[in-house]
Amino acid sequence: MALELDGQSIELDEEGYLVDLSAWTPEIAKALASGEDVELTDEHWDIINFLREYYEEYQIAPAVRVLTKAVGKRLGKDKGNSKYLYSLFPYGPGKQACKYAGLPKPTGCV
Amino acid sequence: MATKKFMFVNRKAPYGTAYALESLEVVLISAAFEQDVSLAFIDDGVYQITKGQDTTGIGQKNFSNTYKALGDYEVNKLYVEKESLEERGLTQDDLMDLVWEDEDEDWTEKPSIIMVSRSEMADVMAEQEVTLSF
Repeated sequence: MALELDGQSIELDEEGYLVDLSAWTPEIAKALASGEDVELTDEHWDIINFLREYYEEYQIAPAVRVLTKAVGKRLGKDKGNSKYLYSLFPYGPGKQACKYAGLPKPTGCV
Repeated sequence: MATKKFMFVNRKAPYGTAYALESLEVVLISAAFEQDVSLAFIDDGVYQITKGQDTTGIGQKNFSNTYKALGDYEVNKLYVEKESLEERGLTQDDLMDLVWEDEDEDWTEKPSIIMVSRSEMADVMAEQEVTLSF
């Protein structure tokens, strides 16, 4: 698979995740989201940026349970629950948000 | 799902073979399924959690920082065998400062590393329901 953006072809794996994590740009995130009919809001970006920072620090994409807990700690308890995260990322906060953030599929995600 | 006591026993140096990284990935998967997971570091396995790892010379990904995420996965029982450290001229100061945050105590950081003797390690292993050796 590939994503066509501004005349460039960006390689994706068979599930739509970026092959080269270092190729990520915010524009790629927007394009991946719009391909799934999602328009990224500030609330989406909070999660995407958090995931990128987490990956930078620990070299893994966190499991949903870990993401939920960490979001609660950083962004407040009202956001640290799966209802809120699923409202932003209905296909699953782990899978979908990690995809837009240019991370691999979370470890432990089936 | 029923919770079982899983112990992952790590005996190999972090690089050179795939055992350490494979073990770490299975640990994270098991923890995501909310199992009671603990780790043991024995023999050269103690090198997996040493400070200041630098893989630039061998062209491999340095995954040592991933051990710092274990606390987020509620994997907070990392048993390290004292004799294995001593035999390699290491002390606990050579290990990363691995901690977990206790949500019930306002995210207080608590140490995850538990130093045990060889005989204490045997006792901890005997309590496990599932033991996987890497």
